[in-house]
Amino acid sequence: MINKLFPNKILSLNNKFFIHLIFLMISVIIIGLVYALLISPPDIVQGNSVRIMYIHVPASFIGISCYTFMGSISILSLVFKIKVLPYIAKSIAPVGFVFALVSIISGSLWGKPTWGVWWAWDARLTSMLILNLLYIFYILSWKLIKQFEKANKVSSFIAVIGLLNIPIVKYSVDWWNTLHQTSSITLSSAPSIHYTMLIPLLIMFFGLIIYSLILILMKYKIEILKLKLKRNKDY
Amino acid sequence: MLSKRARTRLVFLGISLLFASILTFFTLNALKSNIVYFLSPTDIYSQNDLNFNKKVRIGGLVKEGSILNQNTSIKFTITDLKNEIFVSYEGSIPNLFSEGKGVVVEGMLQDKKYFLADTIIAKHDEIYTPPVIKQIIKENKN
Repeated sequence: MINKLFPNKILSLNNKFFIHLIFLMISVIIIGLVYALLISPPDIVQGNSVRIMYIHVPASFIGISCYTFMGSISILSLVFKIKVLPYIAKSIAPVGFVFALVSIISGSLWGKPTWGVWWAWDARLTSMLILNLLYIFYILSWKLIKQFEKANKVSSFIAVIGLLNIPIVKYSVDWWNTLHQTSSITLSSAPSIHYTMLIPLLIMFFGLIIYSLILILMKYKIEILKLKLKRNKDY
Repeated sequence: MLSKRARTRLVFLGISLLFASILTFFTLNALKSNIVYFLSPTDIYSQNDLNFNKKVRIGGLVKEGSILNQNTSIKFTITDLKNEIFVSYEGSIPNLFSEGKGVVVEGMLQDKKYFLADTIIAKHDEIYTPPVIKQIIKENKN
């Protein structure tokens, strides 16, 4: 799988490969949605608003994970100057941004009926907003700086420094009093979420992770194609 | 394995990350009182220099059996199981507001034991439970 990320190999991921992945993703998401929206029970306190969680939690997870990957790849890219790395990081950014945005919007839609407010300036929500801003800065620095080398340096540096925000997003609910609840699923203890709700959540996790992978691979393929096109023009 | 230039870049990046994390740490530490979304009744009790003219948020559990409805106003007690504060509020209440559940109130402290709220926010915990479980708990109680 990893060697497919080399510029020549990514082009061998043809439409057939993507169609298979898309088919898998759509079936998983349909199963997940049917389970989440129809089969799984409402929560005794939140009622049907609990169903927002099935989108919100995976979206937040993907938003945070994408940034972590983007930042780590940027470190490698800054240190080792491997040519394909900036293109991989660049392809992850918009996908992570969209999911981080979905996380904020869905969270807001959940907040109104449960908390009674759309937004609160608590540590989790604020650090998640900062994550969104970091994505915007990163993407903008690629768009606004025309010179590739310079854009690469600036955006990678933003991505690396922004990595510091990741543990803050993750642990904000444990470090400070926040309105946002602590994590229901942790590695150290049993999930505090009933299995009838946990199963659809995990299915949605799986479906949305495949979805983000498809988007990242497609974007990366386009970046490489663009690069080849430009090279051909130059010669 | 690393070339000399790569090593220089790695060291530079490491140092900038280190400085940035120290900077972040101190900033967060300095802003601690602002980052904390609400204070617990115990926090209020242990503070000596309380400012009664400043808006604050207090969070905790709504004490069981403490809710008193009077026409448009509502009175209840917030507890963190160590200390308690009486809250008086007038206005609309979020659906999730109920006895034994988490709540955050925003408003002015009148004194260390009495709080005049102008906003009530219900806090939800990380536990998700279907109705079936409630039924089982009910049956087990009987």
